[in-house]
Amino acid sequence: MAEFEPVLLRRVGKPNSQSIETYRADGGYRALAKAVNDMTPEQVVQEVKNSGLRGRGGAGFPCGVKWTFLPKDHPGPIFLCVNGDESEPGTFNNRILMEEDPHQFLEGVILACYATRASTAYIYLRYEYGSSFRVMQKAIDEAYANNLLGRNILGKDFHLDVFQHRGAGAYICGEETGLIESLEGKRAWPRIKPPFPAVEGAFRKPTVVNNIETLACVTHIIDRGAAWFKSIGVPPDPNNPRDAGSYGPKLYCISGHVNKPGCVELPLGVTVRELVDRYAGGVWKGRKAKGCIPGGLSMGFLTEKEFDTPLDFNAPLKAGCLGLGTAAVIVFDDQTSIVDVLYNSCRFFAHESCGQCTPCREGTAWMLKMLERMRHGRGRIEDLDILKGIADSIGIIPGTTICGLADGAAWPVKNAIAKYRQEFEEYIRRGQKSEEPTLAAAH
Amino acid sequence: MSVLSDEQRQRIMAYLPRYPRKQAVTLPALHIVQDEQRCVSHEAIREIADLLDLSPAEVNDTMTFYGFFRGEQNPLGKIRLWVCRSLPCMLRGGDELLETLCDKLHIRPGGTTADGKISLEFAECIGACEGAPCVLVDDEHRMNVTPDNVDALLAELRS
Repeated sequence: MAEFEPVLLRRVGKPNSQSIETYRADGGYRALAKAVNDMTPEQVVQEVKNSGLRGRGGAGFPCGVKWTFLPKDHPGPIFLCVNGDESEPGTFNNRILMEEDPHQFLEGVILACYATRASTAYIYLRYEYGSSFRVMQKAIDEAYANNLLGRNILGKDFHLDVFQHRGAGAYICGEETGLIESLEGKRAWPRIKPPFPAVEGAFRKPTVVNNIETLACVTHIIDRGAAWFKSIGVPPDPNNPRDAGSYGPKLYCISGHVNKPGCVELPLGVTVRELVDRYAGGVWKGRKAKGCIPGGLSMGFLTEKEFDTPLDFNAPLKAGCLGLGTAAVIVFDDQTSIVDVLYNSCRFFAHESCGQCTPCREGTAWMLKMLERMRHGRGRIEDLDILKGIADSIGIIPGTTICGLADGAAWPVKNAIAKYRQEFEEYIRRGQKSEEPTLAAAH
Repeated sequence: MSVLSDEQRQRIMAYLPRYPRKQAVTLPALHIVQDEQRCVSHEAIREIADLLDLSPAEVNDTMTFYGFFRGEQNPLGKIRLWVCRSLPCMLRGGDELLETLCDKLHIRPGGTTADGKISLEFAECIGACEGAPCVLVDDEHRMNVTPDNVDALLAELRS
């Protein structure tokens, strides 16, 4: 199989990759010129629809379809919110895109606003990404100076302002309506949907929320065409009428117990095993893997035996995971205790629960307490069924919470107990303890 | 006597044209204040509220939701050093790193060194997992920080 020629990461690591001169010399802003000169906004939307691009933020919703949810002939203003709150553990591809090639993604922002007739774009950026903030601001300033932002972009009747809005350390701001509430200056409590942001979003106006990698893909779709994008990846599963296909290049993050953690760009559909063995230098220290998180912590676990699962929008679900998520793979070796891994997950979600919905606020706290008690050597076998019971009852899937954080909190619990039950039972029966800090895998 | 300087007020007001509603300037205002004062005092909350036509309770509601902001009773030191404790970092020794820093700085997470220079906190995934274990020095990543090389980092922060 021929090596995949990077598209999104092509300029990363090259000298001066952040500057507009480098970007333009490489064909940058050609897509924007094509769009504003030769295409109507509706044609841009149609091209993105035709490409089969699905959002890269975790939900995988078809991007072009989402754009069509905006009300027709709305007097405006219409807003674009860019979700730069990348906080899913294991995920760092958007940071790389912003820090190393800001104009690629910025061009996608401008194209999206042209397509959706948005007049202002807010890049909601997590505070922790200080370098990204400074690099992006330079790129935004360069774009204004080059008639690519502001009034009469490229001489057309197209005006756009782009502002960065820095967050304050809350994972829930990655949820689209939590992000909007935070942008508006309030606590980041997600909203009940419907109404969806496309109908009533930021400042009660029609709003599209898009992920950074998704917008970087938009740039290339307009540049090279929908057919090119669709030629990469995996077509829909013929046995699954709900599968919209997994098209395009994807940035896969890989971390944890591998020799070469990093970010690699491949067509959607690479298996975990290929990713680990071929691109990440294999499991570290000559060890074997016990399992991995396949798509950011919320997606749950795949055991080593499941490492031949393709990482597209369809296959992880068949293996019992919540989905592809952010395609961030975290590998843990066979000397790692699954109890320690699940404890870390429960601690994360209990900390990040925004507190609005009782099942999530209380449920994540209970699951953490139970894992803590287990790690102090006082677990009981019946705890495993209680944990499963809690996990099955919190979230939008069981219909008990406003947003999906709870589903993300629950899935690692469900998968861990189902797939590693024997290890849990042995741990409990032995009265095993784990000390803080977890010394499980450092040596 | 105003807690916010004229320069801070101007910087806050400069954000107003970006948004259709003044309340949206709350987070930028809180950042502007905490960056310099190292906390957001009650008086600062009142002054921000005044600038943004909000009630102090609304500003306080937002401020206290985000663990990022410190009240006047527990201000940050000159530098905030936060150590990631999420899964990819934990798998490569993040918890040991935090413990080592607690020992070397003689403080627990949430505390500030006696000389007021460094505040130590844990963070949830900071998005630099390829360099685990990693930390943030205020808002800049430092990757591959281990108990073995942490002394160099601390020397740099103290200088």
